[in-house]
Amino acid sequence: MKLRLTADMLVDEVLERVETLSGQKLRACYQCGRCSAGCPVVEEMDIIPSEVIRLLQLGQVDEVLSSKTIWICASCLQCASRCPKGVEFSSICDALRAIVLRTRLATPKIDADGLTRVMMSDAPQMGVVGALRKLNG
Amino acid sequence: MGERIGVFVCHCGTNIAGVVDVKRVAEELADYPGVAYSTDYTYMCSDPGQNLVKDAIKKHKLTGVIVAACSPTLHEATFRRAGTAAGMNQYQVEIANIREQCSWVHRDNKEAATEKAIRTIKIMVEKARLDEALDPISVPMTPRALVVGGGIAGIQAALDIANAGHEVVLVEKSASIGGHMAQLSETFPTLDCSQCIMTPKMVEVAQHPKVKLMTYSEVDDVSGYVGNFKVRIRKKAAYVNRDVCTGCGLCIEKCPATTPSEFDEQLADRKAIYTPFPQAVPNKPVLDAEHCTYFLKDGKCGICAKVCPLDCIDYEQKDEFIDFEVGAIVVATGYDLYPIENLGEYGGGKYPDVVTSLQFERMLSASGPTGGEILRPSDGEVPKEVVFLTCCGSRDTESHLPYCSKICCMYLTKHAMLYKHNVHEGQAYVFYMDVRTGGKGYEEFYTRAAEEDDVLYIRGKVSKIFEEDGKVMVWGVDTLSGKKIEIAADMAVLGLATIPNQSAAKLANMLKIHADEWGFLSEAHPKLRPVESLTPGFYLAGSAQGPKDIPESVAQASAAASKVAALFAETEYHREPIIAVIDEDTCAGCRVCVSVCPYDAAEFDDEKKVARIKEAICEGCGVCIAACPSGSAQQKNLTDEQLYKMVSAALEV
Amino acid sequence: MKIPYYPGCTLHERARDFDDSARECAMALGVELEELPVWTCCGAVYPLVTDSVMDILAGVRNLSYASRLGDKVVTLCSFCYNVLKRCNNVMRDDAEKREKVNLFLRADTESREKIESYTLEDYEGQLEVLHYIEMLRDVVGYDKVASAVTKRLEGLKVAPYYGCMLLRPKKEMKFDDPEQPTIFENLLEVLGCDVVDFPMKTECCGGFQVVNDEELAVSCSQNIVVSALKREADIIVTTCPLCRYNLDRHQERMAERVDGFTSVPVIYFTQLLGVALGIDKEHLDFTDNSVDPINVLAEKSLL
Repeated sequence: MKLRLTADMLVDEVLERVETLSGQKLRACYQCGRCSAGCPVVEEMDIIPSEVIRLLQLGQVDEVLSSKTIWICASCLQCASRCPKGVEFSSICDALRAIVLRTRLATPKIDADGLTRVMMSDAPQMGVVGALRKLNG
Repeated sequence: MGERIGVFVCHCGTNIAGVVDVKRVAEELADYPGVAYSTDYTYMCSDPGQNLVKDAIKKHKLTGVIVAACSPTLHEATFRRAGTAAGMNQYQVEIANIREQCSWVHRDNKEAATEKAIRTIKIMVEKARLDEALDPISVPMTPRALVVGGGIAGIQAALDIANAGHEVVLVEKSASIGGHMAQLSETFPTLDCSQCIMTPKMVEVAQHPKVKLMTYSEVDDVSGYVGNFKVRIRKKAAYVNRDVCTGCGLCIEKCPATTPSEFDEQLADRKAIYTPFPQAVPNKPVLDAEHCTYFLKDGKCGICAKVCPLDCIDYEQKDEFIDFEVGAIVVATGYDLYPIENLGEYGGGKYPDVVTSLQFERMLSASGPTGGEILRPSDGEVPKEVVFLTCCGSRDTESHLPYCSKICCMYLTKHAMLYKHNVHEGQAYVFYMDVRTGGKGYEEFYTRAAEEDDVLYIRGKVSKIFEEDGKVMVWGVDTLSGKKIEIAADMAVLGLATIPNQSAAKLANMLKIHADEWGFLSEAHPKLRPVESLTPGFYLAGSAQGPKDIPESVAQASAAASKVAALFAETEYHREPIIAVIDEDTCAGCRVCVSVCPYDAAEFDDEKKVARIKEAICEGCGVCIAACPSGSAQQKNLTDEQLYKMVSAALEV
Repeated sequence: MKIPYYPGCTLHERARDFDDSARECAMALGVELEELPVWTCCGAVYPLVTDSVMDILAGVRNLSYASRLGDKVVTLCSFCYNVLKRCNNVMRDDAEKREKVNLFLRADTESREKIESYTLEDYEGQLEVLHYIEMLRDVVGYDKVASAVTKRLEGLKVAPYYGCMLLRPKKEMKFDDPEQPTIFENLLEVLGCDVVDFPMKTECCGGFQVVNDEELAVSCSQNIVVSALKREADIIVTTCPLCRYNLDRHQERMAERVDGFTSVPVIYFTQLLGVALGIDKEHLDFTDNSVDPINVLAEKSLL
């Protein structure tokens, strides 16, 4: 694996969008990995939270936008709560999902079949509303 | 107008001349009222440059000199010396800063920079026209030093000052000197036994004929100024006549009351009457009334008094106050660990097998509660897997402390190594963010731990520690492989951040010396005056100024001592005369100056009903001048009249 | 004493047991929960993106309704509490968003005037948003709760589960110490329980992800339930319908995954409070639990 890094790769419109939408400063992250260490759903992720931030620092937006990780975050905010630099991965995740959903890079996470299943389930209303807002935009 | 001012414009190579048109500056100033001579030169601070100034003073009978050059902090003293050599009063030599505040910051606009340089010099000419010849204020010097704190830094400073031939009062708040270094097992990177190298120094300082050692004592009050401080030391009631006590230890042996030992970091108990550790200096006990049965149960006990063969126990003893006059004060109050209670994610102190770094030191120490064996506090078993955590509270701008505590990388490496030497089949893990090994032999030490002692370094910060099934569960991450790491360890050691000793904050306040927002004492200049406080007469040594390891603390202590010795080399201390003065003819006696002076330098003369400034104390801060309603308080060589003319020159009105 | 109360959608639908037990307890403690006459869904999740003006409108609308009734609003569901508190913070602290949201509120009013008897007023973040537990501690007082207890829950080992939304983000919620909270434990001690301190009490149950990825929620919830079981909890109490659902509904699946798993009932803290206050179990509605709590409570002679 090799990444040929150029200065232009680090200045990207989508990257800026991630920072603005999340309100987080990507360069503030010093890669201690604490967000990943405490994440309750990290086992299901293809890229761990700290690596998502690292990839963004390296300008690799596409890789991050197509990751499984951003759909797995449950917004429990444990990462944000313990980050020594005040970088909220959960907000970055919301921003990344928003970018995918608003620009139609992918279809909403819960499809028509899923929607029927969700509506039929006995999950509390707040869970249904929450999932639809977080995962379908 | 009889003033004859000389103006000397320095090129500073191209530093100034590359931006400012120095020729034009010198020419324009030549025509300015009061200026008798004006010239420019490549390097005014060089020998030929200084000679230029000296010659001109004589030849043109100058009454004042303006050197337009760099910041006065660099060369004001240089040119004042040159002026004095040519027979001029040094306070009539002024600097106009046309480098830092002009050429360096206006590189992109040469014309404006030149204009600004001209105006800056004109301002100083206006000042110089009214500058008076002043003499430095001489104050007598008491060549005795107070050293606050009896850790390695305080001990070293005391020894060096005493060996230079001056008296030292060494004050330590606990019952023995030795500080944190006495608690340590072995020291990085050479693994010298801390006690072995420490105790001889402790004995040496205690026996030094020039050192007055006061343990179990605290600084109660400080007044005065450099050369002439008055300090009051509170000798806390020890309920033991320590002058008579021989330290036989019978009282300690028989005392029935126990409490967790501070020296052993709560891992073992001590008695209510105690010496902190067997090698204590002085090796004489103190009685801790808070935990003593006699005090808690209205006189029911008294065993120590009964067994003491020399009748040293005195339950009626009171705090004693002892006054000293000293010329300089070295503050070496040391550090504490960041409270484990603040790290709730690691249990906040509720898990016995999650210990602090100083607790682990005590476990490693041959004289410690486990005799140097590593045993889990919960069940006394030998831990097979131990996790060490760096940056516990450090480098956390969000919830804890933003700074790097500097020593944790190295002492945790030492811990991991010594653990392996102790438990050969054990595994040590160190979670780190960066291993910072910036000291002589440190990188080699770290390499040895990783390669020879098989310490596994894992790059990542632990998020959570909790107990489960008799293990200490550690949730970490390895950012190098991108994997969350879970370790079921037997023990975890927290490299807690270094914070200034918590009683030092109160002391700094009393001493009126500056500390940063975390409570570390501030040095006068971060590079060039690293061991002096901004307040004259105060010197800093050891971790009180910032996190430090032993060699650095010792070096700083010796440096502070040499500063003190240099101060004491003169029998008088000379202070700048740029201070406040009160015109007794116009002073209405309102005493506003007395109430606002932060240094107690303004006093009221009850007979004449006017205020007066004590020359030896005034720092020239100007508060009284601003406050004086009648304008009677004036700063010497910065009078209202001078300021008015300077501002007029600045505004060209 | 009357206190404005925002129940939220779930408490009016699938968590009626939570709502009923809370009202009964409040009544027993001399508090009338005055339900807002008009309210809507709060939005369930607080948007973490910065351009969220529309997304917080629902929350603010409810706060605006509540501000007509008093200076406080009490809620029970952790999600609602989180959303309302954060919406309140943003309306108090962010002038730009405040102005925009209030423009929407005004537009709302204009379109509704014909059908509703009152209008929405501009909202400035002036309310105090309280969780029911905070109400018990700060408005009622734990000492008053203690004196109202008729049946001390002696011998019942209770694991209080906080979850995420009460505590985080810590700077905004300021509910309790985010790592070692104690407000819940203190309440349970007042009721006479043996409190089980377990390290997973602030970990995530999987939350809304259960809707999309049930396995994920089972894994998360399993960690929490097993941790409480290891410390011999007789019962787990929660403050959130979604947490209750995740911890309770998946125990059969957990049993398949974990050797020697024994089930443990998960109930709302208000239901347990009701038991201690001597409220009839019919009013506390223990019918919606997958793991029946009745047996455990009966065994300890509490019902």
